[in-house]
Amino acid sequence: MALRALLTRKTLASAPRLGGAAAAASFRGLQTSSLPDLPYDYGALQPAISGEIMQLHHQKHHQAYVTNYNKALEQLHDAMGKGDAPAVVKLQSAIKFNGGGHVNHSIFWKNLAPIQEGGGEPPKGSLGWAIDDHFQSLDALVQKMNAEGAALQGSGWVWLGVDKELKKLVVETTSNQDPLVTKGPSLIPLIGIDVWEHAYYLQYKNVRPDYLKNIWKVINWKYASEVYEKECP
Amino acid sequence: MGSFSLHASCLAQPKLPWSNDCSQNLNSLKLPALQQRGPNFGSRKASKVLAFYGLKSPPYELDALEPYMSKRLMETHWGEHHHGYVEGLNKQLEKNDILYGYTLDELVKVTYNNGNPLPEFNNAAQVWNHDFFWESMQPGGGGMPELGLLQQIEKDFGSFTNFKEKFIEAALSLFGSGWVWLVLKRREKRLEVVKTSNAVNPIVWDDIPLISLDTWEHAYYQDYKNDRGKYVNAFMNHLVSWHVATVRIIRAEAFVNLGEPKIPVA
Repeated sequence: MALRALLTRKTLASAPRLGGAAAAASFRGLQTSSLPDLPYDYGALQPAISGEIMQLHHQKHHQAYVTNYNKALEQLHDAMGKGDAPAVVKLQSAIKFNGGGHVNHSIFWKNLAPIQEGGGEPPKGSLGWAIDDHFQSLDALVQKMNAEGAALQGSGWVWLGVDKELKKLVVETTSNQDPLVTKGPSLIPLIGIDVWEHAYYLQYKNVRPDYLKNIWKVINWKYASEVYEKECP
Repeated sequence: MGSFSLHASCLAQPKLPWSNDCSQNLNSLKLPALQQRGPNFGSRKASKVLAFYGLKSPPYELDALEPYMSKRLMETHWGEHHHGYVEGLNKQLEKNDILYGYTLDELVKVTYNNGNPLPEFNNAAQVWNHDFFWESMQPGGGGMPELGLLQQIEKDFGSFTNFKEKFIEAALSLFGSGWVWLVLKRREKRLEVVKTSNAVNPIVWDDIPLISLDTWEHAYYQDYKNDRGKYVNAFMNHLVSWHVATVRIIRAEAFVNLGEPKIPVA
């Protein structure tokens, strides 16, 4: 679903930066990914998240995931072409990590919005009611996600997702860059909060709970509601 | 001590005419703390032990590793993260009788629980890991090991350059948070480069680490931002302490037989 929007076919004309390799790859039918633009300025989420963090997070970290994902895909394409099964299997962890990083961060940028554009505004409509149903209140959901995010050891994500089979809301955590779907094949992510240290360190240092408390001021519930209404009409 | 003497003086003073209750006297002394009578009030039991492990200082000043590891980063990494793990561990141990009395090494292995770690493992192991990490570095570090350690590295990796490449490659390919180690494997009796995730370390498998590198983002973000490669190179070229590694392998040879002693033939 959202994945389709992320994969773009690179042509020679529109890929000045990636150069020959990507262009050649597209001729063989390999679709490469690219770094999506942010729908707001780097500084637009201050003071909840600093402009310096947003710039590094987007231009360095997310870009690195995209670059390495594309590289791994190319190597996979080659290995598949040669029928090199051990190489294919060996590449799986790099694809899961870098591809997951790309998928997760693409969702994350849409999960955030400047306050002027509705960031932090509580959800209305069917998602708001579903939250009250499942968690008693938005506050309770926020407390639960903050607790699970703070308790996560190492690097990972904390998610609000919807089980599209059971039509239920769930709070889950995943480690490293595992996408939410690794916790359940019918789970669709609504809100993901990055609790890797790079997501907050320059501003909050080791005080992850403060980051989690403040990020809700810029969470884009409009996007989450759209996704929810699509899965649970 | 103070509470005993006031109690005694309470008995000595004449009771207030409208009350048979001694505490009225104490109240009039306006000492709010005395009104809270904790479970040990009046008893001669020793107060509950609340701290089990302490925060060990690095064997150098916090600014000694500049410019490769800034004082500001050390203050946060040691003063907040490492300190936090110690406090967290002590708080967990407050509630747990079974884990009293272990040395830190023993506690790490016990709480690892053969791969099914107990909740105390993360804190215990991270305290151990950071103690070990500070000691694996020194001001004016880097360079190359000498003598026996160099020979062992050349034996197990082909050359020191080869080992260095392997170590750097491991640090760069570690996904997420974790540590990179140069380890003496006890059963295989050889040196290896090992990557571990989050808080895991080689002593849980009974191996003997010689040096470690923290690849959690908090270990380098303030100085190097996302550039883990620059951080790893600064570590290998300017921070790693081969002196400590040598001391550690000397000690390890008391437990692991690394080869026949060279007895000259008469």
